[in-house]
Amino acid sequence: MQHGGAEFNPNGRYRLHERVALRPEPFGALAYHYDNRRLNFLRAPELVTLVSSLGEHESVRGAFESAGLEDSRWPSFEKALASLAASDFLVPI
Amino acid sequence: MTATAASPPAPAAKPVTVPTAEAATTPTAEPSPKPAPGELVLSPVKRSGLADQMKSGLDAPICLTWELTYACNLACVHCLSSSGRRDPRELATEEAEAVIDELQRMQVFYINIGGGEPTIRSDFWHLVDYATGRGVGVKFSTNGSRIDAAVARELAASDYVDVQISIDGADAATNDAVRGEGSFEVAQQAMERLHDAGFSGFKISVVMTRHNIGQADEFEAVARRFNAELRLTRLRPSGRGAETWHELHPTDAQQRRLYRWLLDRPEVLTGDSFFHLSALGEPLPGLNLCGAGRVVCLIDPIGDVYACPFMLHDEFRAGSVRDAGGFQRVWQQSELFAELRRPQSAGACASCGQFDACGGGCMAAKFFTGIPLDGPDPECVLGHGEPLLDAASTRPSPAPDHSRPTPVTFLPRKL
Repeated sequence: MQHGGAEFNPNGRYRLHERVALRPEPFGALAYHYDNRRLNFLRAPELVTLVSSLGEHESVRGAFESAGLEDSRWPSFEKALASLAASDFLVPI
Repeated sequence: MTATAASPPAPAAKPVTVPTAEAATTPTAEPSPKPAPGELVLSPVKRSGLADQMKSGLDAPICLTWELTYACNLACVHCLSSSGRRDPRELATEEAEAVIDELQRMQVFYINIGGGEPTIRSDFWHLVDYATGRGVGVKFSTNGSRIDAAVARELAASDYVDVQISIDGADAATNDAVRGEGSFEVAQQAMERLHDAGFSGFKISVVMTRHNIGQADEFEAVARRFNAELRLTRLRPSGRGAETWHELHPTDAQQRRLYRWLLDRPEVLTGDSFFHLSALGEPLPGLNLCGAGRVVCLIDPIGDVYACPFMLHDEFRAGSVRDAGGFQRVWQQSELFAELRRPQSAGACASCGQFDACGGGCMAAKFFTGIPLDGPDPECVLGHGEPLLDAASTRPSPAPDHSRPTPVTFLPRKL
């Protein structure tokens, strides 16, 4: 696994990399990074919404809160976003 | 028709199941010196998860192969598209551009261009530029005959184009027996030119046969020498391969050695083509499922759309890009693809404990060897295919055939 720099910080601000395209799919979305040519599967519609609007929030956890994401799902979503950040799909602001 | 994220079988708005983090995002293409726009490399995926969702189909293919022409200056004995002569009905430049426009709208991120020998088309480079200019990355497959020094330099400078050189032997004797006299030399020159131009990470693609499978280490060395990536794929009995498969396909012992070899080398690309070997135990990297009509498809030179590159036969023709509604309608609404996306019967394999691992193997391999589609793969590693192979009395003839009228024969093998 490639690491895109600093450790993922759920209290930090992130946005979708400008070279990433999201393609809606029945399970969520396919994310394609035009720079590193990686493909990721976003396997929950809520994850797609979160990823798309991440940049508008003060922190990742703030985005979870305003999306009304149930507490029990936070850990798995944090892990998913950390993995996206590690492959440069998300970048810190 | 517009792609909708919420069309069935979309999960309910508030699914009760929590996606595991591992499953929520699955990194696919591993980092490489020059990333491949057209290679689907996946970590092993649990069949209960992503693979199951893939089976019910996507709004657009992930992996689309487009054969631009049936014309070819070689006549390989295993050619999956029986290429040789150009088909007079091949798509005109404007038609090909319209297909690319559509792929862009559908967000097909990259395409694999092949043939025939695609570079023979006079508008080949124009179409490559047209696609990459619209964010549709291209990997094209070539025998190397048109890769001169200038072309190699241009390719090396492009971020959106990847090249795949085909060889089928690590030496001229082994290669030329399948691909024709002089073809090894030509491919070798192309690889040298790409290397000299500083193109790192181009692909060297080899179809595994009984005669070259023992050269896996040598192929690896060739790739290393040219700073290229090795790609090994499975021989299918498609096209002219229908006639030669029986003498060329690897033996059972060879398959087992290859499985170990690939497990030890997750960096070797396979196009997910050896998933039938996963019945031997630990799954190979990849989705390990037949992607025909679900994640992959083929557009042939005259615009016909088939379920997969190895299924050029009327029975697997889903429609044409020339039909009303174009490619998108074929992909999203054809009856054939809808059928392929429905749960498939395990048939004769239902009682086999390894069915979940191999899914019954490759549909094209079964079809062109006369085995029922719900039967075992002809190269089933547990030996379930062989009796059926012996029993198969009729085999469908591959169509269409664009072979040149001259007979295609094996070169005498040099000893």
